[in-house]
Amino acid sequence: MDYIPNILFAIVLIIGIGYFIKNIRKLIRNIKLGQDIDVSDNKSQRWKNMAMIALGQSEMVRRPIAGILHVIVYVGFIVINIEVLEIIIDGLFGTHRIFSGIGSLYGVLIGTFEILALLVLVAVIVFWTRRNIIKLARFWKSEMTRWPKSDANYILYFEMVLMSLFLIMNATDIPFQEIATGNIISQYVSPWFAGLTENSIHIIERTAWWSHILIIFVFLNYLYFSKHLHILLAFPNTYYGSLKPKGELNNLEAVTKEVMLMMDPNVDPYATPTEGEDDEIPAKFGASDVQDLNWIQLLNAYTCTECGRCTSECPASQTGKKLSPRKIMMDTRDRLEEVGKNIDANKGEFKDDGKQLLDDYITREELWACTSCNACVEACPVSINPLSIILDMRRYLVMEQSAAPTELNTMMSNIENNGAPWPYNQMDRLNWKNE
Amino acid sequence: MSEALKVPTMAEFMAQGKQPEVLFWVGCAGSFDDRAKKITKAFVKILNKANIDFAVLGTEESCTGDPAKRAGNEFLFQMQAVTNIEVLNAYEIKKIVTTCPHCFNTLKNEYPSLGGNYKVMHHTQFLESLIEEGRLIIEGGKFKGKRITFHDPCFLGRANDVYEAPRELIQKLDAELVEMKNCKRNGLCCGAGGAQMFKEPEKGDKDINVERTEQAIETNPQIIATGCPFCNTMMTDGVKAKDKKNTVKVMDIAELIANAQDL
Repeated sequence: MDYIPNILFAIVLIIGIGYFIKNIRKLIRNIKLGQDIDVSDNKSQRWKNMAMIALGQSEMVRRPIAGILHVIVYVGFIVINIEVLEIIIDGLFGTHRIFSGIGSLYGVLIGTFEILALLVLVAVIVFWTRRNIIKLARFWKSEMTRWPKSDANYILYFEMVLMSLFLIMNATDIPFQEIATGNIISQYVSPWFAGLTENSIHIIERTAWWSHILIIFVFLNYLYFSKHLHILLAFPNTYYGSLKPKGELNNLEAVTKEVMLMMDPNVDPYATPTEGEDDEIPAKFGASDVQDLNWIQLLNAYTCTECGRCTSECPASQTGKKLSPRKIMMDTRDRLEEVGKNIDANKGEFKDDGKQLLDDYITREELWACTSCNACVEACPVSINPLSIILDMRRYLVMEQSAAPTELNTMMSNIENNGAPWPYNQMDRLNWKNE
Repeated sequence: MSEALKVPTMAEFMAQGKQPEVLFWVGCAGSFDDRAKKITKAFVKILNKANIDFAVLGTEESCTGDPAKRAGNEFLFQMQAVTNIEVLNAYEIKKIVTTCPHCFNTLKNEYPSLGGNYKVMHHTQFLESLIEEGRLIIEGGKFKGKRITFHDPCFLGRANDVYEAPRELIQKLDAELVEMKNCKRNGLCCGAGGAQMFKEPEKGDKDINVERTEQAIETNPQIIATGCPFCNTMMTDGVKAKDKKNTVKVMDIAELIANAQDL
């Protein structure tokens, strides 16, 4: 009978981690639906970027208030996880505070956790206030209704509850309070329970302990369904972030092939396709759906935590246009999830559902409002690039559908005919010299 | 004044069997837009004054393809790029300077993988290097103590991390450089990039250039300096819209320097 809690704990642990792994595999499969892109270059710079941007939070602190609060929650999250390790060992083997054997260092450790837990609790309450009471504009844009709005608050509630339970768990641990080392914060909580019998205090302690670890497992599995995935994906995402100048847009290789062929005077215009060439499906120019994007763009979409720094910096969004770079990322993820579910429901095959990212999620009006100024790219604290998705979708509109706005068609035919976006003769290009 | 401009072409250099130190890529705005032509001429005046051995392509120059690329027409962009690269490589061009950050960005970043490898400089970087080498001396003159705010062109700033060269030039004019609330990495776009210059904006509650001009006017400047012909147009329109035409001027850095020297 004594082993029942241990067995229960092991079952919970296996279910919690098992379901999480199942979803992570689904996540990886979905990301791999994207086109391949070679990012094997410059490994040392990539590791450096990851260390600076994800581990070091260098871009977060560009907005000091949100940045510092975030650093607190982030450090708290990482450090307090050492305690989770102890909880798991205790749970599996029926021990109690197994790490306390390390002596006075244990007090230092738990003391640190307690201080961090309190700081995290305060930071999360400030976050909640900024979102729900102060109502910072970037949290109240049109894409932040329904699930995205609730999701953001649920995450904050999870963290509030977890931190409170951790402190209560320590406060009601009578032997731990009696040793009185490391109970820096919980010593002020424990008097709240002073009137209760030792037995009831013990029951509260056990309840807090179990709730704490159960909620951690729930939270872990909540990640996949939430914008909170960034706590994991920020690391690969910053590793794979672009190393090129922000102004540099990729040159489409498929187009280069065509252009070189057109420019080559030695090409036989009557050449018949060689054997097998007929079966090749010509590459689609640009993107109309998530499978046309590359896998880094899809990873970007899963990494986005909807903070809205991009949208708040976007000139189009600031002046009331429909474009919101954050919505571009959210739409990409939503569509990718839909495609993933479609594949799950159809035994691993995607069945055409008559929908696509273009028009069903992202409208043309949004795409054409972008000034390609890179403000969104610069603003993102985890190296997400909404501009590259906008550009790929414009490419599809222009090259596959000839669906550019009329004025842009005029501009492009001017370039084609006169070598300038305006209807001036190329032969007049040097006239300014004598004017 | 204009008769004094010396603007040799690459073809002329070639005919004499010579190679200039640098090619001045004028760009479409610099060649055709009335306002931008003044910037082109101001820059040439400085080059002439400093006796720089430069040439232009003249009628052999063509759009870099930037607006086509950003509108999504990769095909047209690459056609332009490959054609331009053929001309540039035929003249064995090594170094290019341009007064347009869009041309600058495209030539510098997007031409190499298509076979066009050049050292490309924005004119503010080039002028800065001339000063460093002692080949150009500028003095504050009429801009001494004037309040000047600099609008970062996106394709110079964020796109290529060039923030200091234009600012250093303004400071060399002994002017008082004042920064807008959004500057450098956080600079706000003028609204022209991404081919927006050539179309009406989408529906919204304000024009981007007006928003940006308001930020500039908040600094209470006498001059809004830019380093891009398109930003110049947008900011000039913005100043008109805010009815500040008589008190705030929009000028390119090249014009500031040329004016300071009474060129």
